[in-house]
Amino acid sequence: MTEFRMPSLGADMEAGTLVEWQIKPGQRVKRGDVVAVVETQKGAVEVEIWDDGVVDQLLVEPGTKVPVGEVLARLRAEGGAPAPAVVPAPTIAPPREAAKPAAAPPRAPVPHAARFKVSPVARRRAEELGVDLALVTPSGPEGVISMSDVERAAQTKPAAAKPAAPDKLAAMRQAIAAAMAKSKREIPHYYLGTTIDVSRATDWLERENLKRSVTQRVLFAAVLLKAVAVALKDVPELNGFWVDGAFRPSQAVHLGVGIGLRGGGLVAPAIRNADGKTVPEMMQALSDLVNRARGGALRSSELSDATVTVTNLGEQGVETVFGVIYPPQVALVGFGKVVERPWAESGGLYVRRLIQATLCADHRASVGHRGALFLSALDRLLQEPEKL
Amino acid sequence: MMTRDDIRKTLIDALASVAPEADFDALKPERPLRDQLDIDSFDFLNVILRVHEKLSVDIPEADYAKLATLSGALDYLETRLTSGHIT
Repeated sequence: MTEFRMPSLGADMEAGTLVEWQIKPGQRVKRGDVVAVVETQKGAVEVEIWDDGVVDQLLVEPGTKVPVGEVLARLRAEGGAPAPAVVPAPTIAPPREAAKPAAAPPRAPVPHAARFKVSPVARRRAEELGVDLALVTPSGPEGVISMSDVERAAQTKPAAAKPAAPDKLAAMRQAIAAAMAKSKREIPHYYLGTTIDVSRATDWLERENLKRSVTQRVLFAAVLLKAVAVALKDVPELNGFWVDGAFRPSQAVHLGVGIGLRGGGLVAPAIRNADGKTVPEMMQALSDLVNRARGGALRSSELSDATVTVTNLGEQGVETVFGVIYPPQVALVGFGKVVERPWAESGGLYVRRLIQATLCADHRASVGHRGALFLSALDRLLQEPEKL
Repeated sequence: MMTRDDIRKTLIDALASVAPEADFDALKPERPLRDQLDIDSFDFLNVILRVHEKLSVDIPEADYAKLATLSGALDYLETRLTSGHIT
């Protein structure tokens, strides 16, 4: 029998509210399956399971706020006997009471939260648009409400759409505050920056995009991310975690990407195994991540295991980013705006497209010399974009 | 045949999908959409994709700058839809 517990989706998370189960007793699950949706300070998150098995019991009802680490469900091994039924009518009695009498009493379920069959993206969209799910007609199989159903309902609804609820933004702000204060209190940051000529890379991308239809087009951010993922291989002490007084390098590169949300929120979910992706695959992953971050359906693994973070503030017109490391990571790579500037090279003066790349890193895990090697690797890789 | 009003509605719908809280009646047609709606390149790409889907216009990357303002985008799409360059 294995236990599925409320995961920690960041050092600052203490509890989460179970919004819905996506499994039922008797169902077979395998590692990586999304089994539940949990509401956290960072929004709704699809939580994955880390063991194979058969769902034995669901111990927590949707709508309940649960501390990190508390058991939410039990799994049994494939072919194992189910646990003896504790109550004869399991569809009526809440299993939580039988399993854990000493725990806090179950709270009233959140209205609407579990009554409709609805995808998490559609649920979040409905919240954004202020659409009552009770008024949405599902078009999908088995009566599942999809995002387009919600949007269709929103169009027939005269009232203006609402931005994210203020209390959610306030909660997210608290989470950012806790993580950033911890970072500045504990991490001895050092900062390096360099100007990189990205003319070859942007020219190359423009040529590539000419061959692509609008749905396949790649943004320059994907090229930068790929270059970062590859350059980290040269300087592994920037990729990993500082835990219990020691640096733990990570073999995998899970690239955290800072994504701004409307109304001032920020999340930094990870593109997992970023070093193995081609540039178009990186674009696809990035686009999927941004859309899900803004649609409110990130997965637990994406929020908990970024090994390094990249932030690109060039969109807002700034040229240089001085970052703050997201603990327990040990580095953050920043990019500013791509600008045209005079550029001297081999005795000639040219107009080139330039970008400021910065590294802020944890001095406990790496030294400036190694950080400098990382930025120089990044420069080198961006001069040969076709090899990325 | 699509009128300018039809195109406007499609465009506003696409923008509303990325900036649901915006007041589109207050939008100044000559000012950049990005600044007024606080949208980034991902939002903009999503708008382009939606317009592509609804109007079947393939907008080349080189033309993105022409869609920076509401009136610019309307002029551009109207021309594209009436000149027969429909993909």
